[in-house]
Amino acid sequence: MPKWFLPLVAVAAVMFAASPFLIANAPYEATMGLVQKIFYYHLPSAWVFLLSAIVCGIASARFLFGGSPRQDRLAYAAAELTVLFGAIVLVTGPLWARKAWGVWWQWDVRLTSSLMGWMVAWAYLLVRKYGGPGSDKLAAGLALFGMANVPFVYISVNYWRTIHPATSVVPTLPVDMGLALWFAVACFLLLFVLLLRLRVYLEEQRARLDALYLSLDE
Amino acid sequence: MIRTAWLVLKKDLTVEVRSLEIAYTTLFFAISCVLFFAFALVKEGKAPEDGAAGILWIAIAFGGTLALGRTFERERQSETLRALLMAPAARPAIYVGKLLGIVALLVAAEIVLVPLVAFLFQAPLLSHPFWLSAVLLTGTIGFAAVGTLFSAMLVRARSRDVLLPVLLYPITVPVIIAGVRATAALLQPDVELALVRFWVALLIALDAVFVTLALWTFEPLMTD
Repeated sequence: MPKWFLPLVAVAAVMFAASPFLIANAPYEATMGLVQKIFYYHLPSAWVFLLSAIVCGIASARFLFGGSPRQDRLAYAAAELTVLFGAIVLVTGPLWARKAWGVWWQWDVRLTSSLMGWMVAWAYLLVRKYGGPGSDKLAAGLALFGMANVPFVYISVNYWRTIHPATSVVPTLPVDMGLALWFAVACFLLLFVLLLRLRVYLEEQRARLDALYLSLDE
Repeated sequence: MIRTAWLVLKKDLTVEVRSLEIAYTTLFFAISCVLFFAFALVKEGKAPEDGAAGILWIAIAFGGTLALGRTFERERQSETLRALLMAPAARPAIYVGKLLGIVALLVAAEIVLVPLVAFLFQAPLLSHPFWLSAVLLTGTIGFAAVGTLFSAMLVRARSRDVLLPVLLYPITVPVIIAGVRATAALLQPDVELALVRFWVALLIALDAVFVTLALWTFEPLMTD
């Protein structure tokens, strides 16, 4: 593991411990009140979810056309994180929606496309696990389709008139809300980088172990 | 390139016309699906609102999955896949040929399915034949574009029968949604053509994205 890893874990832990205080100090939103606070974790995890799908797609494309196993390990790690952060988005979203819209789920474009991106990441992991030899390339092809979905998720709220707030909300936030939000974004980004590095490290160790077994057999 | 695609298509259609194996099994399966939904949902001659649109597309998607699984399985069984890939032909041309074969097969199945669904669900599916065929054709191309790529890739994988739907359905969700919504819009008493046009435009955009991605990735995925 690189030297920066452990200190950054400590920084991330402190930041995650501090973020509830910032969120508690941010002003109440006029119509939704307390329940709007879920936004400070919902939006950062959604951004990281999309970012992770993009990382997975780019690494997969480079693996597919370049053939480097490093990129394949990165794509695998990113796919798992897409599932993880997607799960956070898809749990916090309905919790918020139940109070704000009165329903748990609405088949609107952004919700549907996010769910679809999450399912593609699941499919990626299933293929890797049960596809047998050659499934790494197969999964890489799938990841490209998953990445193609990302811009669609992002712009969907601006093109379709949906119930979900548009992307233009973020720059118009009052300072206190913006501060809590961007702090949470930094927390989640840091967590993403750390988990990604850890997961890639695990795959590297696995690859080394496989290579050792192979050399033992010969 | 167009010539190669045409030759692959001709070969597939010749094999298919001689045995009709995929056509019959796909059609039988799709019709069974429609009948099951008709038993379950149509009560006293009344079908649920928009039911016909959903069931038509479910039948196409399920039948399509069966057909997609078989086209490359046949190549594998008769050991002709290697020959096909070793032929001095561009990989994208092989893909296009296979894709056109699947689309032709599914369109043939749809010609039977549409009147059947219209009859069982008392849906005025045939009142706008032009728009319905536009929706069905663009939707089928989008579904088959992804399906052909994945079934070709899965030929060598373990448990390929299970994995094809796992890969195919999450990605084709937007195609199915657009297809269902457009068909449902066509079933309304006074059809809002602007809405149908919007969904068809979305389907064309999805087709373009899927076909481009598939053409781009078919070559590295089929080489090893």
